[in-house]
Amino acid sequence: MALKDITLGQYFPGSTVLHRLDPRTKLVGTVAYIVALFLAKQLVSYGILLVLLAVLIAVSKVGLKAIVRGMKPVLVIVIITAVLNLFYTSGGGTPLVQFWIFKIYPEGIWAAVFMVLRIFMLITCTFLLTYTTSPIMLTDGLERLLGPLKRIGLPVHELSMMMSIALRFIPTLIEETDKIMSAQKARGADFDTGNLMQKAKALLPLLVPLFISAFRRADELATAMECRCYHGGEGRTRLRQLKLRGMDIAFLAGCLTLCVGIGVLRYLGL
Amino acid sequence: MDQAIIKTKDLRFSYPSEEGVALLVLDGVNLEIQQGSFVAVLGHNGSGKSTLAKHMNAILLPTGGAVYVDGMDTADEARLLDIRRTVGMVFQNPDNQIVANVVEEDVAFAPENLGVPPEEIRRRVDEALRQVDMYEYREHAPHLLSGGQKQRVAIAGVIAMRPRCIVLDEPTAMLDPIGRAEVLRTIQALNRESGVTVVLITHHMDEAAQADRLVVMAGGRIVADGAPRAVFQRVEELKSVGLTVPETIQLLWHLRQAGLDVPLDALSDEECAQALFQLLSGKEGKGFGSDS
Repeated sequence: MALKDITLGQYFPGSTVLHRLDPRTKLVGTVAYIVALFLAKQLVSYGILLVLLAVLIAVSKVGLKAIVRGMKPVLVIVIITAVLNLFYTSGGGTPLVQFWIFKIYPEGIWAAVFMVLRIFMLITCTFLLTYTTSPIMLTDGLERLLGPLKRIGLPVHELSMMMSIALRFIPTLIEETDKIMSAQKARGADFDTGNLMQKAKALLPLLVPLFISAFRRADELATAMECRCYHGGEGRTRLRQLKLRGMDIAFLAGCLTLCVGIGVLRYLGL
Repeated sequence: MDQAIIKTKDLRFSYPSEEGVALLVLDGVNLEIQQGSFVAVLGHNGSGKSTLAKHMNAILLPTGGAVYVDGMDTADEARLLDIRRTVGMVFQNPDNQIVANVVEEDVAFAPENLGVPPEEIRRRVDEALRQVDMYEYREHAPHLLSGGQKQRVAIAGVIAMRPRCIVLDEPTAMLDPIGRAEVLRTIQALNRESGVTVVLITHHMDEAAQADRLVVMAGGRIVADGAPRAVFQRVEELKSVGLTVPETIQLLWHLRQAGLDVPLDALSDEECAQALFQLLSGKEGKGFGSDS
């Protein structure tokens, strides 16, 4: 089992325009793109969104390979969605293909194609966000963006702190899992054979020490944070200041235009 | 070196246990640590040395007696932040004290908590990283660093608060020999060059030997206190509380037990060799170095 291959929110350092945009701008942009994606109904809208995405990928210099690699885990879901759309969409005319209880209409093919496209585009645009934004900037941006929600009692600072600590400890805990697995294997544990039930059972002696150690780590980290004068979000300053610059404003204006534009196209039935 | 930065007065601490019998960990500790000094606290497991350390910045509060940090009573909750920014603390496991996933972000954590303005945070972070010689790693991810490097980042994270005293609780216990040497060098430089008071909790004799002052703990009490050279000569006493002495002194002590006339206070290999040389040349009247 290659635990080291697990990547969550992988970040590719760089200095392109997309990298330099404020994380808040990028978060809003991603949401705007997703909204536009769900507003899109017909070929023209999809075409615009697809071209836009291609341009953004080219600008980010992330490389298609990284995006394709990231798609692998969702491939099964995409195929299932496509197949379901293919068979369950019924059109008015005669079916194109018919066998046993299955009927495929032209509308079904369109629905399947659009759905697959939509999922791929949705995932690609979130990849662009996480590939060009460091996790710490992302949590920072999220904290600022959700800041106003503090007033209705949402613990925004605590949530973003938890998120960044979780991100910080993922590699540490993966390393630890590897170590415990090796220790268990050395004593004859078998993680790889047997049916699903047996495999799940084999994980138990792995999870128990992992949880115990995670709690111990949490306790020590809390003490270390207290020693460094942590006392919640109040009165806290930040090393990195987030500033909206000209290009952020331009980007946000672009996002707004995109949503409105796709909305109009939907209304026009394009 | 005139004023006490940390002062404990008849400090007692007991953990409440479930059976109602309190477990006494510290049993009347009176200790004064002078500003600018380098004090090692040595003790066997369970001697109370870590518990004592946790009292020095109000992580634990005394159940009897009192602890003063720069004149502030640690039980005074209103001064908590002032106490913690005066006495920083570094722990054993570097992994469990690094908060952020970029080195410089982690070092910035304490000044951020203290509400220091951003430009000043930047200055402090750069300075702290240079002091521990980790400046070129400022944009690295901590989990890709070696143990010694991680521990130095943890030290930088504490000195970015500009504390006047640093307490290190067995900072080298999880490190390999190279990492240990790196961390010790950093601690010494902090003490000598920046004048930070250092309290080093340890069970390594060779680390303790580098301090100006050595405090030996056993059973929740201070059993010896003085210059390392003087304390280590009390071999029988140290052995009785489960501690060994540096190998050089061990050797000389055995020679002495065998009835030979050697001094006991050799902390380094050279001093020990010198003592042996004098012994041999006095006995046989010929050079020691010539036939080795």
